[in-house]
Amino acid sequence: MSDNATSARAGISSPEASLTLRVRFSEWIDRHSRQLFITPAVVMILIFSIFPLVASLIIAFSRIRLRGGGYSVRFVGFDNFSKQIFGSEQFHFLGTFAPISALGWVFGLGVLGLVLFWLFKYATAKFTVLGFLGRVITASMAVGLAFMFAATLLSGKPFGTLGTTLFYVFVGCGIQFLIGLGLAFLCSQPIRGRNFFRVVFFIPMMITPIGVGYAFRMMADTTKGPFSPLWKWVGWGDFTWATDPWAARIFIVVADSWQWIPFIFIVLLAALENVPRDFVEAAQVDGASSREIFFDITWPQIVPVAATVMLIRVIEAFKIVDLPNIMTSGGPGIATESMSLHSLFAWRSLDLGQSSAVAYLLLFVTVVTCVSFFNLIVVGRMRANG
Amino acid sequence: MKHLFKKALGLAAAGCMTAIMPASAQDYNGVEVNILTRPGPVIAQRLVERGEEFTAMTGAKINVAEVPFAELFQKLLTDWATGTNSIDVGVFASGWAVEMVDGGLLEPLDGYIANDTKIDMDDIAPYFREFNQKIGGETYLITVDGDFQMLYYRRDILEEIGMEPPRTWDEYMTVAAAMHGKDMNGDGEADYGSCIFKKRNAQSYFAIMSMAAGFVQTKGTGHGIFFDPETMTPKVNNEAWAKAFEVYKATGEFGPPEELNHDIGDTRGLVQAGRCGMVIDWGDIGPLSIDESGAAIKDKMGAVIMPGSTEVLDEATGKLVACDATTCPNATDGINYSPFAAFGGWAGAINAKSDDQVKQAAYDFLSYVNQAAQSNVDVTMGWTGYNPYRNSQLNNTENWINAGFSEEFALNYLGAIKDSLNHPNMASDIRIPGAQQYTGVVLDRELARFLAGEITSQEAVANIEAGWEEITDDFGRESQATMYKLSLGITN
Repeated sequence: MSDNATSARAGISSPEASLTLRVRFSEWIDRHSRQLFITPAVVMILIFSIFPLVASLIIAFSRIRLRGGGYSVRFVGFDNFSKQIFGSEQFHFLGTFAPISALGWVFGLGVLGLVLFWLFKYATAKFTVLGFLGRVITASMAVGLAFMFAATLLSGKPFGTLGTTLFYVFVGCGIQFLIGLGLAFLCSQPIRGRNFFRVVFFIPMMITPIGVGYAFRMMADTTKGPFSPLWKWVGWGDFTWATDPWAARIFIVVADSWQWIPFIFIVLLAALENVPRDFVEAAQVDGASSREIFFDITWPQIVPVAATVMLIRVIEAFKIVDLPNIMTSGGPGIATESMSLHSLFAWRSLDLGQSSAVAYLLLFVTVVTCVSFFNLIVVGRMRANG
Repeated sequence: MKHLFKKALGLAAAGCMTAIMPASAQDYNGVEVNILTRPGPVIAQRLVERGEEFTAMTGAKINVAEVPFAELFQKLLTDWATGTNSIDVGVFASGWAVEMVDGGLLEPLDGYIANDTKIDMDDIAPYFREFNQKIGGETYLITVDGDFQMLYYRRDILEEIGMEPPRTWDEYMTVAAAMHGKDMNGDGEADYGSCIFKKRNAQSYFAIMSMAAGFVQTKGTGHGIFFDPETMTPKVNNEAWAKAFEVYKATGEFGPPEELNHDIGDTRGLVQAGRCGMVIDWGDIGPLSIDESGAAIKDKMGAVIMPGSTEVLDEATGKLVACDATTCPNATDGINYSPFAAFGGWAGAINAKSDDQVKQAAYDFLSYVNQAAQSNVDVTMGWTGYNPYRNSQLNNTENWINAGFSEEFALNYLGAIKDSLNHPNMASDIRIPGAQQYTGVVLDRELARFLAGEITSQEAVANIEAGWEEITDDFGRESQATMYKLSLGITN
């Protein structure tokens, strides 16, 4: 940089015009080098990422019909979205609403109270406009979801694909984190054969989701599957998980967990191995218990990695589509249908507008959840840990 | 002498070839016909094999590409509508063609048929010739498979319990109850009285339409089971459809515990293993019962027209009323039958934008597959997925006996097909733009929710009515009414 600048100054003093031009050009290049270097990447992102995003946004506001010589597009405003939230697809997306039961009111108002208290605390302690706005969006979504569950699940009616997706995300990822962390902790201990276990625990992640789906569908089949004699022996020969909404959802979470625990396991194992032995040994010398060592020394060291791995896992879990599609086709009823599957089914019937609208609603829920998780929980915790 | 012999052999071979030559035997060297259909071996594999024969005869190369069933329609529509035109022939459900003809994507075939001396259209059963292959009076499709559903039962078990094949759904439930729990394949385990697939996003919506047809349609094929042809008001929010929903769910009581997650493949597996007393299926069960894996049911199956009903829909009130000469003009012994042409069968259609020579070659190939000489053999083989649609296939037991049927079962099976195909009250599948959305999405989803206990049958039919109205408004009520009338053969 400094060399170029020197030569540029030398160039200006030269009497030859062409040299001046060349020097000025190279000076210009020099000044804009950052933009020039980044341009190809920006163009690629525009073509492959932003353009499809904008195109699908346009589709979400239209009705598209394929016909001879191309397709016809009709702008329908927010119809595709309002259909999901207030219209004929409400039961599908949000759930079948009933008058809210007493339990539902308690839950809904409880969440509303907590959220208002939290906002009030923030507003009185350290108020910034942007921070407050973000918290209002998070709070509105939390209250909306609370009342959605209050009017459906807690009032005896089934919830829709949004509720099912949240179940997969929160219950699934929660289980996966706990088991993944537990296994990683065990494999980080000096136990015999730990390399063998590391490989074994990692294998499920390398199997294609379609394979996992079929394998679990087969294994869980109580009438024909390989474990059929076992199910019969324990008296479950006539129990069918696929016909019961909760059993079906839980089985999908089990299959999803089996596949994704290895991911959390391998990342957390790396984090655990990086915790300096000196700290642990010093604590041991000072007489700290294993529990104290884990929570006061190991855990704070792995929090940043744990938060990142969970963020990636949560984003991935929001997009779950293959397992419910293969294991139950979204059934029984719409009990196991995730939002991605909802969008896929709409796309299959060539209802591209509705498919895009559901995809955008999924994007909104995912972004709000993940940004809230990171900004409000992870950043706060990391600051608290110093 | 040797030379003469060779020459004679050559002449004889040429003579044989001429006998089985396609419609207009031309030299198609260098012509390639690209076909898109569902994954094999069902439907696709036989097209590949017949394609090789066709290539040997004419020089035209037949390429068969396969995509998953759920994506077939979109792939064809996007390829043709966007002008990509990489596909010359689609072999798909005949009902989908209406939307394609509406968009001007399919080649009309009457001109080709007029010059075709081999196809013998009069041999094709009237339903397939007049309804399935035609849209608005013009032929756009060549049938390769005739589809409608029938009831199959285990003859041995029925004899054992001393009962007759059911004629109504009430009788079906009685027989299923009597069969349920018996060991039907000698493995010492209790088997099932009734096997009817009930999985979502599979074939369940065809079974419910088959059941509803007998309650809804009374006045012949032109009556229809879906809409009022004048106003396009759905004929679904009534006691007839609700009753069909209730019957469908009730059959599960005598079925395998996991039936809600069974598609047609699972059900056929159970049937072939000898575990089902009765089953609703397309024509495939016949050939599948003589298949190697069907050893447990060989010569033990019987077939009969789909059960009917003694009560039918009164469209004015939406209630079920008793069958009499006025309400059920086509009834037999007071029972209204309405065999449902579920799916309508696989048929080939030609891209209107393909080159003329390719279109002619494509037509000749479809005609070759459809001609009696080929199809009468193909329909006797279970794995092809082709079911009978020609009179010569139904009137002649020879091919079936050669394939491994017993004389008795061949007569029984073909008799049931003839009863259905020649029935004046045969019900047509939905054949209007958006067909997939009406049935494959809305009907299928509400059926699944009802089966899962999320909603009642009344709520299900009300939701379907609302969903169908929305789709009709979206596509345009008047144009949908016109298409619906055309699909029922109403031309005035």
